[in-house]
Amino acid sequence: MTSDPKIRGSKGDVLLDMRDVIIDGFSDEQWHPIIKGVDLTLRRGEVLGLIGESGAGKSTLGKAAMGYAQPGCAIKSGSIVFDGIDLLTATEVEKMDLWGSRIAYVAQSAAASFNPAHRLIDQTIEATVGHAVATDIEARKDAVELYGALSLPDPKEIGQRYPHQVSGGQLQRVMTAMAMSPRPDLIIFDEPTTALDVTTQVEVLLSIRSIVERFNTAAIYITHDLAVVAQMADRIKVLRYGEEVEDAETNTMLASPQEDYTKSLWSVRALEKPEDPSDDIVLDIKNIDAAYEKSVKVLKNVSVKVPRGRTVSIVGESGSGKSTTARVVTGLMPPLGGTITFNGQTLPPSIKERSKDQLRRIQMIYQMADTAMNPKQTVGEIIGRPLSFYHDMTSAEEERRVIDLLKMIELDETFIDRLPSELSGGQKQRICIARALAAEPEVIICDEVTSALDQIVQEGILTLLLKLQKELGITYLFITHDIAVVTAISDEIVVMYQGEVIEQGLKSKVLHPPHPDYTKLLLNSVPEMDPNWLDRFVDARD
Amino acid sequence: MNKKTKYSAAGEVGDVRVRRTRWGRIKITLGKAPISAWFGMFVVACYAFVAIFAPLLAPFGEAEIFAKADLPWAWHDGNAKHFFGTDQIGRDTLSRLIYGARNTIGIALVTTCLSFLIGGSLGLIAAINRSWLDQFLSRGIDVLMSIPSLIFALMLLSIFGSSIPSLIMIIAVLDSTRVYRLTRSVAINVATMDYVEAATLRGEGLGWIMRREILPNIMTPLVAEFGLRFSFVFLTIAALSFLGLGIQPPTADWGSMVRDGSRFIQFVAFDWTLALPSLLPAGAVALLTVAVNFVVDWFLHMTSGLRDDI
Repeated sequence: MTSDPKIRGSKGDVLLDMRDVIIDGFSDEQWHPIIKGVDLTLRRGEVLGLIGESGAGKSTLGKAAMGYAQPGCAIKSGSIVFDGIDLLTATEVEKMDLWGSRIAYVAQSAAASFNPAHRLIDQTIEATVGHAVATDIEARKDAVELYGALSLPDPKEIGQRYPHQVSGGQLQRVMTAMAMSPRPDLIIFDEPTTALDVTTQVEVLLSIRSIVERFNTAAIYITHDLAVVAQMADRIKVLRYGEEVEDAETNTMLASPQEDYTKSLWSVRALEKPEDPSDDIVLDIKNIDAAYEKSVKVLKNVSVKVPRGRTVSIVGESGSGKSTTARVVTGLMPPLGGTITFNGQTLPPSIKERSKDQLRRIQMIYQMADTAMNPKQTVGEIIGRPLSFYHDMTSAEEERRVIDLLKMIELDETFIDRLPSELSGGQKQRICIARALAAEPEVIICDEVTSALDQIVQEGILTLLLKLQKELGITYLFITHDIAVVTAISDEIVVMYQGEVIEQGLKSKVLHPPHPDYTKLLLNSVPEMDPNWLDRFVDARD
Repeated sequence: MNKKTKYSAAGEVGDVRVRRTRWGRIKITLGKAPISAWFGMFVVACYAFVAIFAPLLAPFGEAEIFAKADLPWAWHDGNAKHFFGTDQIGRDTLSRLIYGARNTIGIALVTTCLSFLIGGSLGLIAAINRSWLDQFLSRGIDVLMSIPSLIFALMLLSIFGSSIPSLIMIIAVLDSTRVYRLTRSVAINVATMDYVEAATLRGEGLGWIMRREILPNIMTPLVAEFGLRFSFVFLTIAALSFLGLGIQPPTADWGSMVRDGSRFIQFVAFDWTLALPSLLPAGAVALLTVAVNFVVDWFLHMTSGLRDDI
């Protein structure tokens, strides 16, 4: 299928034209504007990057490009014209006919988008055959070619597998093949690599880019990661609060961003803590082995030393054992062997044997602030509980201290009676930090605390954590896969791979050559704010 | 660091809801209720009213026996003494219907509460513990559930005797198995949440985690199940009374009234009003069950399973 007969039109024609689109969302018994009059033009073969924080309306706008408004949303006014078809006046039947044949959508979570009961190839060709774009036999043959083009291993055989039999990155590529199968004119990628590890992300980005170029498909690429979008897009549009902030060619945007807000998207990458070596070890993890019941070992002889008042970051991809290490330290998962020494004393392996005071001194902050707070408790109750539990405070003292803590995390007392559902993502994470602080701990374990947040919010959280460390002398054990965050916050770095510690040392040592092979791969896979980075990565690899 | 954009954590947009009083929220919810739910709520309210004020509403005593049995709407000297007639030994049917509401509904309510107390707390413990205790409880409850419950109840009642306390205990225990299953399955989903882990890490005891972390988050399905379970318990009690092992005379009860009245059914060919002594209590049972189900349906639909808020 190299000379593809199904390609319509030539590069440069306007394919999608959205004018002054206004979309409202329904919540709390009222309609609120989500998109406040945005224009968007997309030409054939062009890739448009759509970036902004969560809540900026980028997904809503992406879906509107298909003429679709998700439940609870309504397109109030404006015009959306796709290749001469007005999608706002088109009937459902007409739109259904376009979706899955001429417009395709790739969702963030491939795992949640596949039906676990059907083979991959049957799902890949379902829309193509259903819309009678190709016959079943043709589509199957084409799917195998697409798998090959997306560099999936064993393209002939992989389609016979079920979704759970392939990895996350492979599934995301199968989903791209599914979108590509009817040779659509437009594909909307909604954060297709956000849930993947950096090393996997690179592969998926490469596959997507090559296949979009090959078939001259127009694409809207939605993400919150400017470095990723720089690799993919010809043009970038920045959204905020449902309004356009800036729209420019990728090179122009990166070289000279015009708006302050656009500049702020770089912020975390600009943050760097000067490292500060120390020999005063507060937490000493020695030769830990751990396994989930009757299965392979997830930690093999892991040793980590954590100096007092410093930040030690554990980096690695998913499955490397970094979160398991945290669970062992907290006592949630007693290890098979090895010891944990805290302030010179050996900690009992299981949480049940630890004293209240030992528990108080090690606190944890979670990745998903949403699930880390009871949705039925108010902010005051959430932060107040450790106070009454550990420090036996009366309710008046408790309230005063909660307000102090809220000030410490740069919020105010009006938050005290809010429920978690009434907070933004960054505010939720701040409340979790306050809850940990309320215990007056010595060590805080931060498990991917910023990875669910937008860049600008990430920066705020990291700055706050650094400020608290300086003021209160707290030690952080920071678990993350994001190298930019590691640079921003750590003194020492531990690299883990498949349950083993590959490398450990001061930040300056680990981040600069010479590297062990795995560290090198990990560092090289982190996208840079340079449109040619992906090309250089490929060159360096070959 | 070049920080030109003014960023403040407090200024981030959160989806802050309008502060409404509890009554305000209830009014909004009720305003959206469909007609079937309104009907259900109205009927349930009427039953509750009758049950609470039974002694004031009933024209005669619960076990008051009149020398002369009477037919429904039998007019003597221009007034009907017994509006719905009397039963076979001369007790006023209307009065017994009214007192029956109090007994049948009251006992069903106590039984359902007890079964939720037993099944709910065991289910929560099993969901949090997940060790041998969970296995032990779950397998034990499987055994109880594998025996047909009506037959099991009949057997136990003939062993322990048909007193009201033993009736309540036996049905509560048998019904708690269903409550246990539901509570455990919804609580397991909540127990894997990070906030429960955070509470464990804090060193909180089982009681706190059960009551404060998990229970508020599973209230919705439990409340819906309460309505449904109430209907089942109510029907079971009526069925047991009909079979003669439930609430014992002279206490008025709809199940035994159906049984007593059923003797006249064969004479209906001669006078249809003779069907009333058994049809009225049966209808009372049916109407309440339907009404409760209307309310539960609406409640489940409104909250669609596990969603919270409002």
